[in-house]
Amino acid sequence: MTNTVLQYALYLVILAALAIPLGAYIGKVMNGEKVFMSRILVPCENFLYRILHVKKDEEMNWKKYAVSVFAFSGISLIFLFLLQMLQGVLPGNPEGIEGMSWHLSFNTAVSFVTNTNWQAYSGEAQASYLTQALGLTVQNFVSAAVGIAVLFAVIRGFTRVKTQGLGSFWVDVTRIILYVLIPLAVIVSIGIASQGVVQTLKPYETVDLLEPAAVDADGNILEDAVIDGDTVTVDGKAVDGAQIITQQVVPLGPAASQVAIKQLGTNGGGFFGVNSAHPLENPTPFSNMLEMLSILLIPVSLCFTFGRNVKNKKQGAAIFAAMFIMLAAALAIIAVNEHAATPQLAAGGAVDLSQSGQSGGNMEGKETRFGIASSATWAAFTTAASNGSVNSMHDSYTPLGGMITMLQMMLGEVIFGGVGCGLYGMLAFAILAVFIAGLMVGRTPEFLEKKIEPYEMKMAVLACLATPIAILAGSGIAALVPGVADSLNNSGAHGFSEVLYAYSSCGGNNGSAFAGFGANTPFLNVSLGLVMLFARFVPIAAVLGIAGSMAGKKKIAVTAGTLSTTNAMFIFLLIFVVLLVGALSFFPALALGPIADFFQMIG
Amino acid sequence: MKTFKEVLPRAAVFFLIFSAVCGILYTAVITGAAQALFSDKANGSIIEVNGKKYGSELLGQQYTDEKHMWGRIMNIDTSTYIDDNGQALVYAAPSNINPASAEYEALVAERTEKIRAAHPEKGGQPIPVDLVTCSGSGLDPHISVAAARYQADRIASRNNMTADEVNEIIDKYTTGRFLGIFGEPVVNVLKVNLALDGILTD
Repeated sequence: MTNTVLQYALYLVILAALAIPLGAYIGKVMNGEKVFMSRILVPCENFLYRILHVKKDEEMNWKKYAVSVFAFSGISLIFLFLLQMLQGVLPGNPEGIEGMSWHLSFNTAVSFVTNTNWQAYSGEAQASYLTQALGLTVQNFVSAAVGIAVLFAVIRGFTRVKTQGLGSFWVDVTRIILYVLIPLAVIVSIGIASQGVVQTLKPYETVDLLEPAAVDADGNILEDAVIDGDTVTVDGKAVDGAQIITQQVVPLGPAASQVAIKQLGTNGGGFFGVNSAHPLENPTPFSNMLEMLSILLIPVSLCFTFGRNVKNKKQGAAIFAAMFIMLAAALAIIAVNEHAATPQLAAGGAVDLSQSGQSGGNMEGKETRFGIASSATWAAFTTAASNGSVNSMHDSYTPLGGMITMLQMMLGEVIFGGVGCGLYGMLAFAILAVFIAGLMVGRTPEFLEKKIEPYEMKMAVLACLATPIAILAGSGIAALVPGVADSLNNSGAHGFSEVLYAYSSCGGNNGSAFAGFGANTPFLNVSLGLVMLFARFVPIAAVLGIAGSMAGKKKIAVTAGTLSTTNAMFIFLLIFVVLLVGALSFFPALALGPIADFFQMIG
Repeated sequence: MKTFKEVLPRAAVFFLIFSAVCGILYTAVITGAAQALFSDKANGSIIEVNGKKYGSELLGQQYTDEKHMWGRIMNIDTSTYIDDNGQALVYAAPSNINPASAEYEALVAERTEKIRAAHPEKGGQPIPVDLVTCSGSGLDPHISVAAARYQADRIASRNNMTADEVNEIIDKYTTGRFLGIFGEPVVNVLKVNLALDGILTD
């Protein structure tokens, strides 16, 4: 018990301790200040600009910045879409995996370009090594960099006075990849490869089973079969057409390099279908710690970067505090519910759920080496950040534990959220918060010494409501489409939860799943793809619009009457606004899914 | 639209360059480093004794023989992978079942009954939760120490060993927490079974 509490606390402490220095480093890099790697990387950077004909000091207005984001994302989307469909005839495919169908390829391409990394495919069965490295790994880097770049355009919008320029998209993306993402990804991938995450270009291995398995003519496993030479008997009777299987497949591939960046860039698309629950993707408690801290490392750092770069460290700390309080609360609720497990699992005391010699609790869908503590922490982190990688199956969480993972996505992925996008999403909520506070006390709302006017409010509302609209419209329509019921793995309220989770995950650009849900159908692939596009690019356009408008304004003097946006009152107000929008939007849907499931459990 | 046309060629070149850097160069460097530094681990942590590959120490297998230690509940999948001769290969998947459902209650009851029947010496002692649940990957190679100890008497009597000898093997293939704090102590089931069969001796 003591150990369990210690694990939860230390994970949070280590995360914050690493994020503070990294936050300062990222801030320096993005301002073009000198850092310890400058000597090596500045020449690389300049070389790239020369071949790209990029001017280092170019200042784009918000429209040009946004158009650059869309053009770059569009090219990524088309390339990845084609690569996946053609993988069957391309090299780098030792397993001879076929090309993806058009709808699966569309869904997967959208998923990776929008930094969602929802997986309607299963990596080891449906993606070639070439697709994994040249398609998915590349998007893990660049989609993360796009999110962070947009954040810096927004930061410049707040800090600059009476100008149009928000910096250069190309310079921002280049710096993020060269100075931040690649160095961190190299460290993490070598770290996890040392633990047993596979990293090879060789084809899959086959190994002998210690106990051969027997299957009937249809491929169903025969329990209690007795295998004697070539004959299979069950209860003394020979089974016709039974097949004896003596070997197991060991899937391989360049996993460590992909896994490192999918964690760091809040991407989350696993190399293998079951993501970081797979022992070859996350073999030990140490690899788990590296991967899990990587989920939130950059999103947390960016809060401190924000404070530093807007020259108001308290503002960064206040936003960090609001996010951290919500994260800790979510983690606590998930942990309590998973340790308590369910009456159905307790089986009237026949099953030991205690903490003695084991990690007691709801172990369905969880790996022994992680236990409840490291699984619940991961679940809280991955849904707070819009990462979406998993090390345990959220579909098998207790009703309330699973509900919290869903709720964190529904809140718009602003509890740290995706790299860059979590923070710019939260800034939109901060604008709503100062507006509401301003209304209450009858003052003109201000944020970071700039006036908030109707244009910014409209754009902030657009950014904040994109996710709820995408989720509710998407899951509402899906619930009416007859074929969707065939994709469910569980019945009743939990079945509805699977649909709701899928649209929440895509609408929050998260990518995790109640994975029993069979999402690879044309309707689901296309509709979830559209939800992802909407939830990614509408807020980007909206916050860049805010940045452009803010940059053109003058600073106003701070007076005694200025509402503080760094004190406890503001932190409380910010949390309140986030929860209010989330609760009002989603309570009815949650009541039909996880809450109904909960009452059935105890009833 | 004018801006879009102006930006597009640059976006294309930019995309190509970063595809080369992040997709090819980065993957190649990490592959080279991992192969040079940890080649066994980078290639699947395969246990090979006298030229025979007995499995990956990181992938669970299904054990039902009473002489062997049993692992997590598995959902075997034999339809996804075949070898070069068309022979089906074993893989596995998680259950993704709702642990609060009546269906699950029935499954757990079935599993506890089966385990109780194989361990009459344990009487009504509660069964460690690992033994009645399916893991997150479906391929969990480990069980908890409690789940291993629970089976020690049965394994000892079926192999004509003493419980102490079995416990010694369990201890040998138990890995503790990272730094004594993170994760959970686990027993590697394949290694225990290979040791019980006299295959793994070191």
